[in-house]
This record gives sequence, structure tokens and C-alpha cells, in this order.
Amino acid sequence: MTMLKALTKQKKIILLTALVLLTVCLLYLLPQLNASNYQYFLNKRGTKIIAILLTGFSIGVSALSFQTITNNKLITPNVMGLESLYMFIQTFIIFIWGSKELSMMTSYTQFFLSIGFMMMASWGLFNLVFKKENQDIYRLVLTGMVLGSLFGGLSSFMQVLLDPNEFTILQGKMFASFNNVNVSLLGISCLLILPCSYILIKDRHALNVLSLGRSSSINLGVNYYRLVKRQLMMSAVLISISTALVGPITFLGILVVSLTRKLLNTYRHQEMMIEVTLLSGTFLLAATYLVERVFSFNTTVSVIINFIGGVYFIYLIIKERQK
Amino acid sequence: MIEVKQVTKVYDQFPVLNEIDVCLPEEKIIAFIGSNGTGKSTLLSIIGRTLEKNGGHVYIDDIELALWKSQELAKHLSILQQAQQSIVRLTVEELVGFGRFPHSQGRLSQEDQQHINRAIAYLELDHLRTRYLDELSGGQRQLAYIAMVLAQDSHYIFLDEPLNNLDMKHATQIMKVLRKLVDELHKTVLVVIHDINFVSYYSDHIIALKEGKIVAQGSTDEIIRPDVLKEIYDIEMTIKEIDGKRFCLYFE
Repeated sequence: MTMLKALTKQKKIILLTALVLLTVCLLYLLPQLNASNYQYFLNKRGTKIIAILLTGFSIGVSALSFQTITNNKLITPNVMGLESLYMFIQTFIIFIWGSKELSMMTSYTQFFLSIGFMMMASWGLFNLVFKKENQDIYRLVLTGMVLGSLFGGLSSFMQVLLDPNEFTILQGKMFASFNNVNVSLLGISCLLILPCSYILIKDRHALNVLSLGRSSSINLGVNYYRLVKRQLMMSAVLISISTALVGPITFLGILVVSLTRKLLNTYRHQEMMIEVTLLSGTFLLAATYLVERVFSFNTTVSVIINFIGGVYFIYLIIKERQK
Repeated sequence: MIEVKQVTKVYDQFPVLNEIDVCLPEEKIIAFIGSNGTGKSTLLSIIGRTLEKNGGHVYIDDIELALWKSQELAKHLSILQQAQQSIVRLTVEELVGFGRFPHSQGRLSQEDQQHINRAIAYLELDHLRTRYLDELSGGQRQLAYIAMVLAQDSHYIFLDEPLNNLDMKHATQIMKVLRKLVDELHKTVLVVIHDINFVSYYSDHIIALKEGKIVAQGSTDEIIRPDVLKEIYDIEMTIKEIDGKRFCLYFE
């Protein structure tokens, strides 16, 4: 008890969230287990939980870092159009070669193809728009938005021309799902997430300073141009991983980052990063639980998350307007 | 010492600064004056490395700006520009603590804490320490930001229009603090100020810009004269001396 009292308010909230996440994990993991089936179920459910935590981490911290970089509380890396690019790649493959080819492709090929394209696109965009002489972050974001809607438009153009059977297969890729997470991809994702985590840990203090704004952070000796570029590339990698792993979940980032800011009320990224990961894990897992046990697969995780996140986003905008 | 050589800045082919050469004196309050759009803030931002120049060189203690390591330079030179809205809520103490970042990289030591306390005391903000910045008045917030720069403990301190939107009480308080920084702590302070009487009363050295060029520079006594000011601002000024200080009247 005395130990609990020594903790700061932030650490208590983090601890509490961790407990909630643990409870949800157990709720998901344990039901209907018995001596004969436990190996099968634990393996299956455990894999899903790992995938969910990886996705939660990727989406959460990339959204947090992106908000700090852009100094804006209402946007997440999704506005940069990476998810539209992902959808475009999937649609394009089916459109050109047909769904057979897509299902024939090994998961590795697909994974690296999608991630490779998304990273190349982000790298090209940063180098074209975000220049040393013209460090205008909003120009970068707006260019990303325009390109995002271009890819979205192209995708839906190709989708209308598709054979209905092929379209059904494509549709499976358009909604986030943890049902067919490929175990072999989890290892690769972990490997890609590792350097990102290293960058985040290394940059955590610099990110704290960056939340003061561009000129203040330059004044305090942060190499703004390099930091922003590194963090943006990292966000692109993380978003690519989570999208390729489970599919697009647009409103999760904004939901968990806003909640984290509200709950912790701190500038310290080291604490916010932990909380944001725990929260997004909790939301994703709870949504998966609902989909599987309550709605018996009649809906998808992205529908539930986007519903909650979307409503919360509207609330945020209304509140922001009243200020 | 700060030396500026042939510095040029161009926005969309429109030159804002045109081959500026200037050498700044040490341990003085140096005021940049001139009408709107003459490049004062641009020059200050370029020397303070928040803006990239298109040509020329800036030497801080004989080393070119681009060759300084960002972290090292932040220990020698600080610049305070119009405070941006931050997405996080900070208390005065937390903000001032950020000033120690170049020295501590985020982990505050005992010594850092002393610097923070001293800076807060210097600006008489002790009673506001734990208050959030968004609860303060504009003047108090500006004082808090100056305390942050003070905690940074750099030799050169640049302030871009620090008196903007402040009442007389806060404006004079800030100018007195800057005076003390030079007289007691031997700092070199560079400011952009619009009110010519604040410049005349508090500064030691004046650099005047007009259309991207330096049109006059020298000690305050050399610049605060009707003929020089007429050339800088294109308006007639009457100058009166009260208790050894010159005041400019330009309301006619």
C-alpha cells in the first residue's frame, strides 16, 4: 500500500490500464478451456493476442508521435493516405492478375510488396515535399491527403470494374481482422518493430521538447529537420506493418491518443507511449472479444473501433470548437 | 562574438535581406529597429538558426552556424520567438525546466534544479510556479518563456518582439530584466522592438534596417537623432531629453 502511494498519478493510471488489459486478455484467453483442448486454444488465442498488441503498439505510438510532430491534436498518420495506398496495392493486384494470383502469393511476398511500396511512397513524398529550406510540415500532410484521395479514387474505380466474386475476396482485405493473422508474419513484424522502438526510446526526450513547437525546440538544441524526418519514416513503417498485418483501422489512433492525453495530462512521451500501447491493446482486444463472442462474427473489429472512435472524434471536434 | 557576412534571404524571388554585413558588440542590449517588413525578424531568425539563409555566412564565436552541433549551440545561443500554441499543458516550472534540455538532455540534475529556481526567482514567478501556462495572462506567459531562456544559461539571448501585446507594467518589467542580464550576468541580448522609446531608454546599441539593408548602426546616442530616424522611418520626429534620456515624439 505504501508503494502505491509513492507512485505518481500517471504511473497509477498506467498500472490500472495494464490491469484492465490483463483482465480482458484473461477473459479472452480462458473461457471453454479444458485439459484436452487447451493446447489448441491457447496457441490460437495467444497468437491473436500477440498480433493485437503489436498492432496496438504500432498504431498508438505512431499516432502519438505524428501529433507531436505536427503540433495538432486532431490528426493521425492516416491522413497521409498510407492506408489508401495499401488498398490501392491490393486492388491493383486483383485487378491486373485476379484473385487467384493474390491468394497464390505467399504471405511473405504480399507483406513485403505492400510494406515496400508504402515505405517507398513515404520516402519519396518526404524527400519531394519536406525540404531543408522549406520545413513546412502542413504542406507535407496536405500533399499526403491529396495523394491519399487520389489512390482512394483509383481503387474504387478499379473496384467497380471487378468481377463480383473477385470483389468479395478484396472486401475481406478492406476490413481489419485478426482471424487469419499469419504466424509467420508476426516474427517479421516484431523484427521490423524493434528498430522503431529503439528510435522511440532514443527520441523520447527530444519529442517532449518538440511539443513546445518548432522554433522552441530548435532553440533548445533539437535537430528539428532530422528528428521530424526520422519520426515520420518510423510512423510510416509502423502504419505499414499494422495495415499489412490486419488491415486499416482508421479511428483507433485518434481515440487512444486523445484518451491518453486526457488521462495522463503530461508532456512526457515515455509515459504516454506506454499508456497509448496499453489502451489500444485493450480496445482492440475488447472489440475482438465482442466480434467473436457477442456478435458471432456478424461484424468486424474495424466497424466497432471506427464506430467508437468516430463518435469520440466528433465529440472532440465539437469540444474544440467551443474553446 | 557574432559576425554576419553577406547574408541574403529571398522569398519567392523577392529579396528580404540583401547581403547583410554586420558585427555585433558584446555585453550590450542590441536593438534591431525598422518599419514592418524590413527584415529585422528575418535577420534575427537567421542568426538564431530557426530560419535557413539563401547565401552568406554567420559566425558565432568564429564558427560558422552550420558547423555547430545543435545541442552545443543551444548552450551558447538562445532565441525566443512568438510562442506557439503547444498541444500539451505545461506548468511554469515544467516550461522553465525545458530550458535545461541542452545541458541535461531531459534528466534534471540537482544543478539543473538550481538553475530553474534561480530563473524563476529572477523573473519573480515564484507564486506562479505550479500554475498552467494557459491559465496565465499574456504578460505572465511571456515572463515564463523568458525564464525558460534564462535557465538555458546561454551567452547570447535573442528575443523577437518580446513586448508584443504587453501592458506597460509587464513591458518595463521585461526590459528591466534584460538590462539586469547584461549588467549583472554579462550576457549579450539582441531584441527586435517596435516602440522606439523602449529602444531609446533601455538599449546600448542599435541596428536599423530598411528594405533589406542596414541603413544605420551605432550606439543609442548616435542613432536616436531626428535626421537618422527620419531616414530609417520616413517620418519626422521631435526628440526631447528628460533626465538624460531621449524620448521621441512622432504623434503629430
